[in-house]
Amino acid sequence: MSEMQTIKDMPTNDMFISGHGACAGCGMAVAVKNIMRILGADTTVYVPASCLVVISAMYPTSNFRTPYLFTAFENTGAVTTGIRAAQRRRGLSSTVVGLAGDGGTFDIGLQALSGAAERNEDILYVCLDNEGYMNTGIQRSGATPFGAWTTTTPVGTNVEGKREFKKDLMAIIAAHDPPYAASLSIAHFNDFVKKVEKAKNKKGFRFLHVMTPCVPGWRSDPSMTVEIARLAVETGMWTLYELDEGSARTTYKPQTMLPVTDYLKLQGRFRHMENDDIAKLQEWLCAKWYMHYGNDIEQPVCAVFEKVKRVRHPHEEQLHFI
Amino acid sequence: MVISGDHAVAHAAKLARTEVVPSFPITPQTLIVEQLAEFINDGELDADFIPADSEHSVMSMAIGASAGGVRVFTATASQGLALMHEMLYAVPQNRLPIVMANVNRSLGAASGIWVEYNDSMAERDSGWLQVYVEDNQEALDATLMAFRMAEDRRVLLPVMVCLDGFILSHTVERVEVPEQQEVDLFLPPFVPFNMLDPYEPKLINPIVGPEYAMEMRYQLDRAVDHSREVINEVDEEFSKLFGRRYGGLLDTYRMEDAEFAMLTLGTATGLAREVVDDLREEGKRAGLIKLRFMRPFPFKELCEVCDSLKALGVFDRSASFNGGGPVYTEVAAALCNVPTVVTGHVAGIGGRDITTEHMRGMYDAVERASRGEEVRSVTWHGLRGDME
Repeated sequence: MSEMQTIKDMPTNDMFISGHGACAGCGMAVAVKNIMRILGADTTVYVPASCLVVISAMYPTSNFRTPYLFTAFENTGAVTTGIRAAQRRRGLSSTVVGLAGDGGTFDIGLQALSGAAERNEDILYVCLDNEGYMNTGIQRSGATPFGAWTTTTPVGTNVEGKREFKKDLMAIIAAHDPPYAASLSIAHFNDFVKKVEKAKNKKGFRFLHVMTPCVPGWRSDPSMTVEIARLAVETGMWTLYELDEGSARTTYKPQTMLPVTDYLKLQGRFRHMENDDIAKLQEWLCAKWYMHYGNDIEQPVCAVFEKVKRVRHPHEEQLHFI
Repeated sequence: MVISGDHAVAHAAKLARTEVVPSFPITPQTLIVEQLAEFINDGELDADFIPADSEHSVMSMAIGASAGGVRVFTATASQGLALMHEMLYAVPQNRLPIVMANVNRSLGAASGIWVEYNDSMAERDSGWLQVYVEDNQEALDATLMAFRMAEDRRVLLPVMVCLDGFILSHTVERVEVPEQQEVDLFLPPFVPFNMLDPYEPKLINPIVGPEYAMEMRYQLDRAVDHSREVINEVDEEFSKLFGRRYGGLLDTYRMEDAEFAMLTLGTATGLAREVVDDLREEGKRAGLIKLRFMRPFPFKELCEVCDSLKALGVFDRSASFNGGGPVYTEVAAALCNVPTVVTGHVAGIGGRDITTEHMRGMYDAVERASRGEEVRSVTWHGLRGDME
């Protein structure tokens, strides 16, 4: 079987079919539709509590043409482990995939995820990251970025938006030393296709982290979903890389770092942010940028931050980024 | 074989040719999963042992594996069962015949690792069938029968086998362990019903709105009720093959002409039998009902047994606060149209020893009630100090 290299090689046979209830411009629906095309019919899907279950599995309808199970919020790593164990017993080699949101992965599902990764279960775990509990009406999660408005990080007179930075989930995944882990963007589709295909064909615990812009949660224009995903990468708010059998590799490196305001200004969730907070986020991004891409090329937007080039990521050695 | 209750359960799970065993340690259950891990690592049982990160994950894995089409067994206790609580509810409604042992241990604060039924009683409305056992032999036999009952097409419900922590789990008794060939005749290979089959795609457990949920819950209610018949059938067949009969939903002792009786469950039953014998020697017409299944609850069967009984005392090893114990309220509801006077008797909380005197005290109260005397509706026996 020749590996898929570009979007042109991708099958057009949908396993996640139209008619679902996602919002116009939903980044998650774009990701799931294409992941399911690549994974194909011989796939068993587990979805925890999330937008995805609500938009795709309201009795008596379903948008999945594959076997599909839902039970609860925090157990994607565990249920997929159980399904895989049964398939092993029955001599089946179907891909077992868990499609979870960021709340179900970063927060409430972290324990079961860690267990599955540590045991190196032969499953594919996909985190569809829209940076908040969007299904329950836009609440803050460990994936919500600094400064963002959510209903639990409201813009008040004393506190404005989230005060903590986004959790580095991939560093946690990397600490489990999985056979394969990668970050994906719906604005970089050739990269997307290759990574899903690679994850599909490997054995053991595989993890895909996809940024999925959310129109109501991010207060963005439905037509701008892919553009926002693209700007996330160009500003360093999202980085594209993979961890393949222990070695890390950047799969796309932007030429020049764009100022974070280019990304923020398209989203209402950041509208309230003032210069101090924007600078704080920019400084954090610059440190992240140099950590990922190296500090040989000085980025003009980072010139004002003296310390960022010396900041070392706690997992730098382990991740071997650069 | 001279083995503990936990090991008896592990032998049953092995004889049932369990295929997937998700596990997490918790006292006093741990001996079960330790023994199963040994069976598997020694090649005596061909199964996948999954060391989970929590009991919540254990039940999640059990659901995944059972929905994946294989026979699943696991075991837990107390806090572990409480952590599973959320996932327990997904099992009956999806008709997954998982079998689990719960080694009863007190739950929550003001508690330790000793026996109390407040862990499993709290799950009586989850849709799981629940059987309480009296000794190690019954622990083994009930676990074997649990697979047959759970997997019967008329039932397709999970079964929880409850055994007393330490009193059974860590106490060795002589147990007859059946031969594998005999068990194979009793328990055929697992044939899944609701299954995630890539060749026949099916959606299991979608979101269900108010237009459909009520019918589904009613179907579950009926399935639990219909399991009564299957439980009796399985008990009958088991007795034919193995020579041991447990009476199905409930068992009786010297009830033929009894005027007053206690209803017990778990290990307290053995003690109650002795007290009944003593009372009979004294010429008193005492009897005993051993409740085996808390779910399905034997509403009908109990009415039949209590037909000519003047008074019945109900033993509870857990409290349903300010209303006696959960078994008492259930029995009182079952007998509300029968003239039998029903009283509640709470004892053995937090693993406190239930002595012959305590049991005798229960019978004395019930006897007084049978003579028409006024007795407390609920009495705590063995309490330090007086009741309020």
